[in-house]
Amino acid sequence: MVVKVYGPAYASPKRVLLCLVEKEIDFETVPVDLIAGENLTPDYLQLQPFGSLPVIQDGDYTLFESRAIIRYYAEKYKTQGTDLLGKTLEDQGLVNQWLEVEAHNYHPPLLNLVLHIMFSPHFGIVRNEQVINESEEKLVKVLDVYEDRLSKSKYLAGDFFSLADLSHIPFTSYLVGPVGKEYMIKERKHVSAWWDDISSRPSWLKVLEICK
Amino acid sequence: MATPPVKVYGPPLSTAVSRVLVCLLEKDVPFQLVPVNMAKMEHKKPDYVKMQPFGQVPAFQDDDITLFESRAICRYLAEKYPNKGTAGLFGTNPLVKASIDQWLEAESQSFNPPSSVLTFQLFFAPLMKLKQDEALIKQNEAKLEKVLDVYENRLGSSRYLAGDEFTLADLSHLPNTQFLVEKTDKAELFTSRKNVGRWWSEISTRPAWKKVVEMQNA
Repeated sequence: MVVKVYGPAYASPKRVLLCLVEKEIDFETVPVDLIAGENLTPDYLQLQPFGSLPVIQDGDYTLFESRAIIRYYAEKYKTQGTDLLGKTLEDQGLVNQWLEVEAHNYHPPLLNLVLHIMFSPHFGIVRNEQVINESEEKLVKVLDVYEDRLSKSKYLAGDFFSLADLSHIPFTSYLVGPVGKEYMIKERKHVSAWWDDISSRPSWLKVLEICK
Repeated sequence: MATPPVKVYGPPLSTAVSRVLVCLLEKDVPFQLVPVNMAKMEHKKPDYVKMQPFGQVPAFQDDDITLFESRAICRYLAEKYPNKGTAGLFGTNPLVKASIDQWLEAESQSFNPPSSVLTFQLFFAPLMKLKQDEALIKQNEAKLEKVLDVYENRLGSSRYLAGDEFTLADLSHLPNTQFLVEKTDKAELFTSRKNVGRWWSEISTRPAWKKVVEMQNA
């Protein structure tokens, strides 16, 4: 029985797909159309009561929240594929630290840019230039910290590619693509090198191929 | 007595700092609380920013590591001391652990944003003599109600969020909910929902949390 991942067209589920590819775990995808409201049907809400993407089904086991899902598989298959957690408890602490930074500092302003620039007028979003400008300012401050961190460390948690870096890939891909703000990455020498490195991993190219 | 190696930096009134304090107390891990005077911008000064480059509280140090982000610190403590204090905080097997992590992420992604805005607008802003934003309050109250409806349903069939035991997932909700229930007029968001109300009175009366509240009121 193979892991089912719901919502592959969208960015958060792609965190999960990336992890599964890195860990060499087989999976199937199940499309969910957000614009058609397929995430709000009773069947979907049984699986994910907040109506968000993704959710996975692994036999009888259901799990939601992409960062919980990737932690689960990275730990369950620690000795298979890429080690995404680091070797020691302290390495893992740093991975979780930067994963939290992504969740609380990086993601919220970037999500605003994505919603207002890419997805409005869907999902009740009315494009708001003030929100866009304030979000860009917030993201700039975060990227300045990343620039400093990545000048001292090849990847966010240390000298190894981890869940912390992986978690950034899908939404950053929106930032440099359809959101039209590639300069935010390119203008920063170390962030730019890090982005080039992580976005050229075979796993990301495979995920893009699957989700075409 | 020797100084405990664990140091937590930040004021106990900060929701993120109190999240770490309650975890340390649940785990019976001795610690030193190092004050950071945020009114004097101590969290933005070079010595502090060396530990926490975003200039946020808390920061955490033990013999082996400096860490920030309260939920990362809680996970680290639960992994490092699985058998100390409250043992089931992060589960005893991978499936249970992932279910706890799922609800910890739900707190982080769905509960925290609206409850933080409300806590800031209704408790901290008046304290800091800042103007409140009525539209923001209304918007976030509506968001929080939707989340609490999901919790009401979940807690109708489960004693705690992740199952029968108190875990990191429940713990993570203590700081914001304490302010909203005790220090604002929004208590009824929680108390008017039967299962959420029952859950709140169980988790908030745990000795470790009562100790943190004492530290906040000191």
